[in-house]
Amino acid sequence: MEDDAPVIYGLEFQARALTPQTAETDAIRFLVGTQSLKYDNQIHVIDFDDENNIINKNVLLHQAGEIWHISASPADKGVLATCYNKTADGKVVTCAAVWRMPAELEPGGHESPEDAASPAHALELLCHLGPAAHGSTACVAWEPAGDGKRVISLADNHILLWDLQESSSQAVLASSASLEGKGQLKFTTGRWSPHHNCTQVATANDTAVRGWDTRTMSQIYCIESAHGQLVRDLDFNPNKQYYLASCGDDCRVKFWDTRNVTEPVKTLEEHSHWVWGVRYNHSHDQLVLTGSSDSRVILSNMVSISSEPFGHLVDDDDLSEQEERSQEPPQDSVIATYEEHEDSVYAVDWSSADPWLFASLSYDGRLVINRVPRALKYHILL
Amino acid sequence: MAAAAAGRGPGCGPGDSPEGPEAEAPERRRKAHGMLKLYYGLSEVEAAGRPAGPDPLDPTDLNGAHFDPEVYLDKLRRECPLAQLMDSETDMVRQIRALDSDMQTLVYENYNKFISATDTIRKMKNDFRKMEDEMDRLATNMAVITDFSARISATLQDRHERITKLAGVHALLRKLQFLFELPSRLTKCVELGAYGQAVRYQGRARAVLQQYQHLPSFRAIQDDCQVITARLAQQLRQRFREGGSGAPEQAECVELLLALGEPAEELCEEFLAHGRARLEEELRSLEAELGPSPPAPDVLEFTDRGGSGFVGGLCQVAAAYQELFAAQGPASAEKLAAFARELGSRYFALVERRLAQEQGGSDNSLLVRALDRFHRRLRAPGALLAAAGLAEAATEIVERVARERLGQHLQGLQSAFLGCLTDVRQALAAPRVAGKEGPGLAELLANVASSTLSHIKASLASVHLFTAKEVSFSNKPYFRGEFCSQGVRESLIVGFIRSMCQTAQNFCESPGEKGGATPPALLLLLSRLCLDYETATISYILTLTDEQFLVQDQSPLTPVSTLCAEARETARRLLTHYVKLQGLVISQMLRKSVETRDWLGTLEPRNVRAVMKRVVEDTTAIDVQVGLLYEEGVRKAQSSDSSKRTFSVYSSSRQQGRYAPSYTPSAPMDTNLLSNIQKLFSERIDVFSPVEFNKVSVLTGIIKISLKTLLECVRLRTFGRFGLQQVQVDCHFLQLYLWRFVADEELVHLLLDEVVASAALRCPDPVPMEPSVVEVICERG
Repeated sequence: MEDDAPVIYGLEFQARALTPQTAETDAIRFLVGTQSLKYDNQIHVIDFDDENNIINKNVLLHQAGEIWHISASPADKGVLATCYNKTADGKVVTCAAVWRMPAELEPGGHESPEDAASPAHALELLCHLGPAAHGSTACVAWEPAGDGKRVISLADNHILLWDLQESSSQAVLASSASLEGKGQLKFTTGRWSPHHNCTQVATANDTAVRGWDTRTMSQIYCIESAHGQLVRDLDFNPNKQYYLASCGDDCRVKFWDTRNVTEPVKTLEEHSHWVWGVRYNHSHDQLVLTGSSDSRVILSNMVSISSEPFGHLVDDDDLSEQEERSQEPPQDSVIATYEEHEDSVYAVDWSSADPWLFASLSYDGRLVINRVPRALKYHILL
Repeated sequence: MAAAAAGRGPGCGPGDSPEGPEAEAPERRRKAHGMLKLYYGLSEVEAAGRPAGPDPLDPTDLNGAHFDPEVYLDKLRRECPLAQLMDSETDMVRQIRALDSDMQTLVYENYNKFISATDTIRKMKNDFRKMEDEMDRLATNMAVITDFSARISATLQDRHERITKLAGVHALLRKLQFLFELPSRLTKCVELGAYGQAVRYQGRARAVLQQYQHLPSFRAIQDDCQVITARLAQQLRQRFREGGSGAPEQAECVELLLALGEPAEELCEEFLAHGRARLEEELRSLEAELGPSPPAPDVLEFTDRGGSGFVGGLCQVAAAYQELFAAQGPASAEKLAAFARELGSRYFALVERRLAQEQGGSDNSLLVRALDRFHRRLRAPGALLAAAGLAEAATEIVERVARERLGQHLQGLQSAFLGCLTDVRQALAAPRVAGKEGPGLAELLANVASSTLSHIKASLASVHLFTAKEVSFSNKPYFRGEFCSQGVRESLIVGFIRSMCQTAQNFCESPGEKGGATPPALLLLLSRLCLDYETATISYILTLTDEQFLVQDQSPLTPVSTLCAEARETARRLLTHYVKLQGLVISQMLRKSVETRDWLGTLEPRNVRAVMKRVVEDTTAIDVQVGLLYEEGVRKAQSSDSSKRTFSVYSSSRQQGRYAPSYTPSAPMDTNLLSNIQKLFSERIDVFSPVEFNKVSVLTGIIKISLKTLLECVRLRTFGRFGLQQVQVDCHFLQLYLWRFVADEELVHLLLDEVVASAALRCPDPVPMEPSVVEVICERG
């Protein structure tokens, strides 16, 4: 099917940072941040026209430095946060800042990208997330359901909660906590849980996954040695409040119930190298996307631990019981392995607008947009 | 003579026939007369006197009865001449004279006789008269005697009846006397202990007493008797209960009691209760032997004692019971069966406890002998009490023990295997302290293999005892079929091999993935062990088992191929895990070295970093280690100076091709070129890919993992100029030493190229070092 064919977009630079434009629910839009030490870095705003299978891009300059992490505000389409490298005095420090995209780029104010005469638009800096005193910022996470005013940033061994004030032009450190322990502890990544009224954050450092309560900034759970090696990414199940997925350098993807952290609920070992990213589908949490440095993206169907373990039963109550019974409970399985990438895939994410569409980004700057196979889509929907 | 006459008759017939019919008729008539005469016994002489004589009816026959003188004279006158007449006349006269004289003589003689006869008759007449008188007198006397006799009889009649009556009374009185004496006799008997006698007396009297119990006196006797009998019965019971005497006496008691008419049911109960008491005694003593005291007698002695004491006792009781209460119908048999069942089960429980104590022991032959005794012993009561199912229960126990024994052997094998592994671990750990590397891994492997095999053989041998011909239970269907196939083959041997594989696989899943838990050498060793099992040992062991235990059972058996596949899978997983583990060790080293260094501020490289040397050393060590157990494997053809050749390609031409564009402002060129080059390597590098069972494959896997890690780590860092150069130097060093380990050296080049390329990309000021300098540094290092 033509529809199922992947759409590939190439960036000129290496890239690691990818996010859907979270606040945008109509257009399929991804933001990609580049990594280049020699040239001005860019943020590519990629619009995917689903009907025509066409990609439209807008390039925004991000002159502050190479982008290691990018995240879009869930409330304001124009606002995003990046973690970027700044080289100063022979040292590399990763900072974080909140930016606003130029207004022209927002829907409605579409400007022709071919208008090469005008230089690429630059981002408008709203605020820095604090002085760099806390160390290199690994990750910025927005409060998922809020008004886009609260942000968590992870800097070395500190977890910092910011309040953005005066239309985000000012970031005030609301509270913070730090991880104490032997050796140099460094957070690698973090996710804000959409559940519990957005009071929980999960972080990863080395092989451990920790949960934090943002009200008290205290640790609520800790999965010591969640993975054999470094934990690379986390994601919360959007529909089941205690379920958490993690992935790491032991090539595994593990699913946890945070109420019982001694054993993973489920472990996948499909990748042949480090798994860099794991994402639950926002609406159908049985669909789990993983990207790995073996250059593969794998879409798995984790029915057994999803919120719809037996398909969707709600509407089917009228159906005859027998029909229900005759259906075998679906098995967990790999739906598809996508091999369009030729370099390590460092980021994968679902579109915020179309739940059947996802993007993956490999280091060589290749962005691939794929869809969930149609058969499965209908199977889930019907 | 009649026969002769009869014979002559027919003989004449044919001879006479020619004479004509008129002559024939009188001839036949005469013959009939002859026959009649014969019948009436007329003298033959008379017949012979005139054999062919004239007809007796002939009136001319002088001697004939029908002689007619007139006819005779007429005839003579008519027929004879005168002379003849004259002769006849003289003859006649002479004859008459002779006859007259004869007659005179006869008359004379007879007269005398007549006279004497007359005299005799006269005398007789007189005698008879006298006799008649006497006879008359006799008759009178007889009448008198008869009269007297009748009179006497009449008088004696009365007395006779009285005597008869008296005799009857006498007998009755004797009986009565017996009855009256009965109580005292009984008492005496009871006192003397002649219970049998007493019971016989009682038996004799009982019916009478029963009959006449309406008479007060008899009633009294009966009562007395009953009292005594009751006492007797009581004493008997007492004796029965005291039970000091053996079972036969008991049986006697019961017999007597039965004869006394005691209720059989109750006696059954009591008999059984008594038997129970004795058997329980036995059981208690057995139990005491079981007791906590450690020096319990060995199991053989125990079963012996149980066999002779309890089982023997049970047999006695059962036999006596059946003899005594055979008449009591099925209910009593049922009771006995229940009794035997209950006690039997307790006995079995004890035996099982004892056998359970034995489970720790290792002496199978003793156990088998004990079981054999046990089983043999129980066959007797088993036959006696088929309903109690003792034999079946015994067989069941034996089977259970055998089964447990198998389980134990399995455990023993498993623990022996684990012990071997522990030994190996210690052996692996110890020399490392001493500073020696790779202490005879092959010998360790051989040790493990041989000791495991010998354990298996020992287990098989000792389990084999269960099926020995002379053992009484070996021909039970269980031991012929299921024991061999399901028990020995499946659960013991196959189970052990499976558990061995499982144990080995568990090492792959140990949570301590940082490598601390399992020494990698152990993984390697186990992997080789499993592989060896796959190739030879499994089929050898199974053949051995099948031969020793002629497996005839039809139940499905695990085929050798399945086990082999499992072993191979285990070996593969172990080796893969080994690769991961070793790769991880080196990866960690590389990662730390990249992450902790300040690549921006580093100085111009003068040396290869120590980490790289360490990596090469470790890889060499791994190579040696793997080489001890695995074959070399195939690698792609290469020339001896390949390292140099490829190095030049890598460091000069390719380097330039890749770095040159970076000086131009066209950034897209850079990445496009990179991806283009990558596309040339059509084959994707599967980093954690399955390994084959050879050294090269293992080493390739480890090196792939390490270099990929290096690549990923480099990409996360930012390099200064000298940082890049350091990476260059390091990679060249690795290049120099690692190619020889892998199957396809191109792979190493490729990965290292990519590392350097990535480092160049991560460098804001990429000025590569001169290849010659790099070479010099590497050679110096």
